[in-house]
Amino acid sequence: MAKKKIKIRAWVDGSKASVKALMFHPMETGLRKDKTTGKKIEAHYITEVTCTHNGKNVLTCLWGPGVSKNPYLSFRFNNAKKGDKFKISWVDNKGAKAEQEATIS
Amino acid sequence: MTNTRRIFLKASLAASTLAVAAGANLLTPRTVLAAWPAKAFNAKKMDAAMNGIVGGTQTTPSNDITVEAPDIAENGAIVSITVKTSLPKVESISVFVPVNAYPLASSYNLSDTTDGFITSRIKMAKTSNVIAVVKSNGKLYSAKKSVKVTLGGCGG
Repeated sequence: MAKKKIKIRAWVDGSKASVKALMFHPMETGLRKDKTTGKKIEAHYITEVTCTHNGKNVLTCLWGPGVSKNPYLSFRFNNAKKGDKFKISWVDNKGAKAEQEATIS
Repeated sequence: MTNTRRIFLKASLAASTLAVAAGANLLTPRTVLAAWPAKAFNAKKMDAAMNGIVGGTQTTPSNDITVEAPDIAENGAIVSITVKTSLPKVESISVFVPVNAYPLASSYNLSDTTDGFITSRIKMAKTSNVIAVVKSNGKLYSAKKSVKVTLGGCGG
């Protein structure tokens, strides 16, 4: 079974929701070389992450190769309540996609 | 007489073709920018990266922005960065590491309900400042924090 590509924790405190997310991705810069073969490792990184709350866009992240491997993201937004739907999706430079939905607790 | 007229016509025709070509050239990068700003992310100079993502290089240092990062990072591959701002109408937050091969690390477009608070992890090539540029109400503000990167990860 394929491993989950995104892990999300979202909870609400008052009317404010906090989100913590972990994405699983190699985030290769394209500058690193393979130690055994000496060949350059192809660039492979997430370029765009979209976070939506009940279908409304709350945050768009534009990422470059300078973001660490297995990126971590945390942020807060207003007007949220328990049970709301929250979704994160990403696209990488090779066109691969992943998305994960979570319910705010 | 007719000869000079012929030459004049040829010259003006060539000039107009050039103008059309220049116009076409100007249009291409714009269409690329429409999606992911590749130009800004592939820029190797700080100024070019800033211009590409926030549309300017002049920023006002602001006390309303805090960049939280470790004073000493043992591993440059994972440096946890938090940018907080109390500025109103924050449109975007961009994080730069001037010494990296590509200075622009990440940029966040915030909606009107999103707080000025972002935490993520970035890579740093060596000891440097981490610069956060916040676009608020159409103006650019910045703050920085110096992070010492010790190579080898043995502490220092």
